[in-house]
Amino acid sequence: MYAYDDFDADFVRARVAEFREQVNRRIDGSLTEDEFKPLRLKNGLYLQLHAYMLRVAIPYGTLNSRQMRQLAMIAERWDKGYGHFTTRQNVQFNWPKLKDVPDILDALADVEMHAIQTSGNCIRNVTADHFAGAAADEIEDPRPTAELLRQWSTDHPEFQYLPRKFKIAITGSPNDRAVTKAHDIGLRMVRNEAGEPGYEVIVGGGLGRTPMIGKTVRDFLPKADLLPYLEAILRVYNLAGRRDNKYKARIKILVHETGTEEIRAMIEEAFAEQKALFQAPPADLVARIEAAFAPPDFDNTQSLAFDRAQADDPVFRSFVETNVTEHRNPAYGIVSVSLKPVGGTPGDATADQMRVLADLAERYGHDELRVSHEQNIILPHVRKADIPAVHAELKKAGLATANIGLISDIIACPGMDYCALATARSIPIAQEIATHFDALKLERDIGPMKIKISGCINACGHHHVGHIGILGLDKAGVENYQITLGGDSTETATIGERTGPGFAAEDLIPAIEAIVETYLDLRHTADETFLDAYRRLGARPFKDAIYHEHRDNARAA
Amino acid sequence: MARQTHPQIVTANDLFEGDVIYLTASGDWSRDHGDAAVAHDGEEAERLLGIANAQPGRIVGAYLADVTIGPDGRPQPVHFREAFRTRGPSNYFHGKQAEA
Repeated sequence: MYAYDDFDADFVRARVAEFREQVNRRIDGSLTEDEFKPLRLKNGLYLQLHAYMLRVAIPYGTLNSRQMRQLAMIAERWDKGYGHFTTRQNVQFNWPKLKDVPDILDALADVEMHAIQTSGNCIRNVTADHFAGAAADEIEDPRPTAELLRQWSTDHPEFQYLPRKFKIAITGSPNDRAVTKAHDIGLRMVRNEAGEPGYEVIVGGGLGRTPMIGKTVRDFLPKADLLPYLEAILRVYNLAGRRDNKYKARIKILVHETGTEEIRAMIEEAFAEQKALFQAPPADLVARIEAAFAPPDFDNTQSLAFDRAQADDPVFRSFVETNVTEHRNPAYGIVSVSLKPVGGTPGDATADQMRVLADLAERYGHDELRVSHEQNIILPHVRKADIPAVHAELKKAGLATANIGLISDIIACPGMDYCALATARSIPIAQEIATHFDALKLERDIGPMKIKISGCINACGHHHVGHIGILGLDKAGVENYQITLGGDSTETATIGERTGPGFAAEDLIPAIEAIVETYLDLRHTADETFLDAYRRLGARPFKDAIYHEHRDNARAA
Repeated sequence: MARQTHPQIVTANDLFEGDVIYLTASGDWSRDHGDAAVAHDGEEAERLLGIANAQPGRIVGAYLADVTIGPDGRPQPVHFREAFRTRGPSNYFHGKQAEA
């Protein structure tokens, strides 16, 4: 875990003190809302549909037990006893009161956390593979790079007023769990022919109203060149990105309108200038960051407890099948804790559940937790011998749902239940899908299935890259849901195809069921996943299924 | 200006709490949609909005929302977004519905 140095600590405290003063001035009338709004947004404070919302950064999704317990305390003391973990590896509190926010930020600073740059047209929280440092398929831990980027981007004077928000994701594994191709910049750690580590640099991906898969502008960038190269990309974007239309202001539009070859040339030209001027980060700083992410002191003691528990307990075996991933150390496993209980709100954890997770991390997990972009919590380093005990504790806390990667492991944005931008609700749809397929007992037969739901065109629920994507819209004052199929968020990223007219909420579940039934009928074997089957079959049989049965109910889009 | 097809009320969020609130006939604010003052024409709606916007130290983001008049004579929301705002999120029983 990275620990703040004096500079980090002083910087965060100073920002809290500054914001406390700004809140006081808003309350006493010295600041108008127009003056105050950009200041609160710079500190992660939104005003949503029913209340304020504070978005707290969890850089690259990594936190320790002390930090998780502090989030639990904040949820209980200043909110309604729960927190919402998001697709950007942040946590959101949905009910803070304006006067309490400076105290919340101070409580966060006590555990080296903050809400800086979780909003605004700046470089947002850098996200990373949630299995970083643990995955068996990893080339290199991406978190030292992510931490370097956090330090570089925080309060960077040139990049505080970009044309729009800017999101960077990084993965250290060839299997992309960080959705790098749907970010403004995606970094994939690779090695060149000489075996030297570096990055593939992908630019101009993004979802929202104009979904785009990013374009590779460098197949291999040496590690030492990363910061000047990113400065070059950001500089090109800052100067050439559109500011006349917020809907065309993201770098994906610049890349699309300029063309990949030309944008690459612009970046390389800026990079040549930048590299000559750029001072490399101090070696001692880099060494300090890398040391902070050194692997934990693994206990390789062999035990039969894990195998025995699987043989004896089918519930545990089922949990292992879906929620435990191979660790780089064969004596360990990566435990994914689902925040998607059937009928629950995706991504929510109560204060008590947060404390259980903190306790488990401390006792069994080398004091590490991760937030995944799929709104689950990861215990990245659990000795296999301890996984039965972890599972037992998770069961007691209502956290043992064995559904990672299955149809009920749904990403859903807050939607109109919370969000001021939303045009329809997401959460009830996720709840209904999970409940419906739980009743059908088809989940395991269906196999890997990513359903992603957004409550508006901004696509916080990543619906474009869902195997089944659902977009909630307002059609003449009624909630209406469009379906996309065939999306993929991994290294083979694809934007899903819209099936056609949307569905009223009550007709959506039957349509999803028709899609699933079509897949089950037409797949070659039980091993052919939905995505593979869709890529083989195309959209036609699925469209026929949902519009044949539901033609009369489909609403013109 | 678009033709007004419904009566309207003024709604906003409370500056301190963030709660959804409604402008009443006395110029004060209520958390109950049914207490909202109803404007039956555009001129009256603009007058009510002016009263709201004169209170920047109390509220945030005032706007006009369409309503119908219920059998009890009280306003009722037209759009589902405004209906949700009267009761809070639907995933937990913890918004206004829990405090009513």
